[in-house]
Amino acid sequence: MDDAKLAAIVEAVVRELKAAGAVKPFASSSDTPPAPVLQTSSPASTVPIKPHTAAFSGGLTIDLPDPVTPELRYRPLVKNPKDASGLNALVASTTARIGVGRAGPRYSTASLLLFQGDHAVTQDALYRDVDQKLLNEFNLFTVETKVTGGKQEYLLRPDLGRLLNDEAKRIINEKCQKNVNIQVVVGDGLSSQAVESNLRQMFPVIKQGVQSANLTFGTPFFIKHARVGVMNDVGELIKPDVVILLIGERPGLGRAESMSAYMGYKPKYGDTDADRDVVCNIFENGGTNPLEAGAFVVQIAQKMRQHQASGVKLKMAK
Amino acid sequence: MLLRTKLHGKTYEFPDIRILMGKANEEKSGDHLAGVAADTVAERVAARLVLAEVPLKVLRETPAIPYDQDEITRVIQDAVDDNIYNELKDKTVGEFREWILADTTTPDMIRRASNGLTAEMIAGVTKLMSNMDLMYAAKKIPVIAYCNNTIGAPGTLSSRLQPNHPTDSPEGIRAEIYEGLAFGSGDSVIGINPVDDSYGSVARLLDMTYDVIKTWNIPTQNCVLAHVTTQMKCLESGSPVGLVFQSIAGSQKGNDSFGISVGLLDEAYALARKHCFPKGPNFMYFETGQGSALSADAHNGWDQLTLEARNYGFAKRYSPFQVNTVVGFIGPEYLYDARQIQRAGLEDHFMGKLTGIPMGVDACYTNHARADQNAIENLAVMLTAGGCNYFMGLPMGDDSMLSYQSTSYHDTASLRQLFNLRPAAEFEKWLESIGIMKNGALTEKAGDASFFLKR
Repeated sequence: MDDAKLAAIVEAVVRELKAAGAVKPFASSSDTPPAPVLQTSSPASTVPIKPHTAAFSGGLTIDLPDPVTPELRYRPLVKNPKDASGLNALVASTTARIGVGRAGPRYSTASLLLFQGDHAVTQDALYRDVDQKLLNEFNLFTVETKVTGGKQEYLLRPDLGRLLNDEAKRIINEKCQKNVNIQVVVGDGLSSQAVESNLRQMFPVIKQGVQSANLTFGTPFFIKHARVGVMNDVGELIKPDVVILLIGERPGLGRAESMSAYMGYKPKYGDTDADRDVVCNIFENGGTNPLEAGAFVVQIAQKMRQHQASGVKLKMAK
Repeated sequence: MLLRTKLHGKTYEFPDIRILMGKANEEKSGDHLAGVAADTVAERVAARLVLAEVPLKVLRETPAIPYDQDEITRVIQDAVDDNIYNELKDKTVGEFREWILADTTTPDMIRRASNGLTAEMIAGVTKLMSNMDLMYAAKKIPVIAYCNNTIGAPGTLSSRLQPNHPTDSPEGIRAEIYEGLAFGSGDSVIGINPVDDSYGSVARLLDMTYDVIKTWNIPTQNCVLAHVTTQMKCLESGSPVGLVFQSIAGSQKGNDSFGISVGLLDEAYALARKHCFPKGPNFMYFETGQGSALSADAHNGWDQLTLEARNYGFAKRYSPFQVNTVVGFIGPEYLYDARQIQRAGLEDHFMGKLTGIPMGVDACYTNHARADQNAIENLAVMLTAGGCNYFMGLPMGDDSMLSYQSTSYHDTASLRQLFNLRPAAEFEKWLESIGIMKNGALTEKAGDASFFLKR
């Protein structure tokens, strides 16, 4: 991977998109891992954590700040620590939930409820469909896999999520241009929120990148109840050089916005993960930034075309 | 072979032992995926009625994969003590269940019987056990092991300190270790799942954890759960290794997919006995889980519980210090919800103990399973009632690297209080000596990671 070249592509694409008012500015590219906010200040100078409450004339007002902000999330809760500033440094060294203190041998109320809040968003992300408005924005029509029994069947039968149903094949044959260079498809996967959080930024970068490389950009569409293996069906139907599948990842605790881009060169029946490349952990603020990821996948697609290979075969070719 | 019964006027017939074993299981999504689950609730019970009448010898003679095709089958069958087997072989599975539960059957009698059993016999009796049967029977079979301390002694509950970090940062991992120690976690092992499986990174984490153990004179052992070949390189190069770890599967083909074989683990075991720094004599650590063989299409058409039992027979070959199922990690297509995860956790713990290995459980779930932290707390309570050797200790049960949830530092401390249990004896003495525990309870100094910043 030529970092300088990638950075230049990203910068150029983002500049263009910004000029068009399509994206918000984002933090400069960086390959450092997600890090919690360092709390080097003394506890007294951290942001006020007590919610504003007022109880006059029997009127109770509870108006809480969001407990997931880094300031609140990473504030140590140990009562009378032996070394308060040392504890701050320990907490800052990891995203794990340490320095959480205790109530007897159990959790403090704040850390218990923060955990439950984080788990809640992952659950909601799993059982919700992608917003139709978003799909409309990019003119993505929807087809479905062989899953007919909703999210429950989707989770229980990964094999069905890897196959398009007959109606989907008919629609794709009717609507999609064949033998294109790059075919982008979007799948809900295990997190609708991941698609909603990243598509607006990533999709235009890919489209623009493909077009500025003078490659043909196939008719994009959305697959409901999709697993990664559905790429094989897409490859067989459309016969593109490269399929790029943007799909929601399994949510981590409190992190439902992570998306992956799976890519394959001329995917066909029987292809496995060994035949694919993936850019994972795509999300803003800590993951692979979706704009960068967009430029990155275009570059990988070009490499796949150049070497006529993907996955393990591409690694061997390089 | 005729395997048939009537139930409420309807006749149920099963073509062979493989199908009978599948259909006798409590419902699991993985058995549906494998096509061996009962079609109706009544068929499930009918299968159990028939299974209860099957003599144990039939299960020995029907291994999930034939002897000449699978080295795990050979490991298990070759280890059977024929004298003991001959005493047991004519019991039916139903009679064997009652024998295990009987007041007249002592722990020593069950431990002796273990050496006459194969995995399929153990799996068979497990299918006839209710949840409380599994707790009660497991509690009768304490299995104790020794390394730098003693795990599994009645009256104790241990905890693997699992300080995983998304980038393997030694500073971050050390901070999590301090937090865990401050809650009394870490007596089973300080065991890190690394992101980076390379020799250099693994060796660095071994050095760091060994340094903590030496600085504080902690009677425990360390482990970095890289692929066994990386750990073997560390052993040969002089890194301080406490336990040698590997994930295992219940068939040769499944182990192929993990990049291991009996020969390779034999080599690792020899190196461990030669080079591991603790006293021992138990140096090995294995993880398992129902569904792993099926996910590698290495189950030969058999149900996931039977394949899991075979893991334990394989593990026993290496006199491990600890073995745990990672029971909810595999996902909802194998164990769909809290109920299935809880059932599998109880089954695995019992099967491990009946096999004669020092069994703990990673009571856990992923975010796409229908489960939550309450479900895992419930399972941990049930397993503790059943005498489980150890649980995982994660910061609030949240693994910031593997993205799944398990039990926490707090949970082990709470379970000890709930059940009047103590840490491993040597470890408890150490906790008392530094002032974190007194009379089996955490002191006011406990729960503060900064306690360990200055020796």
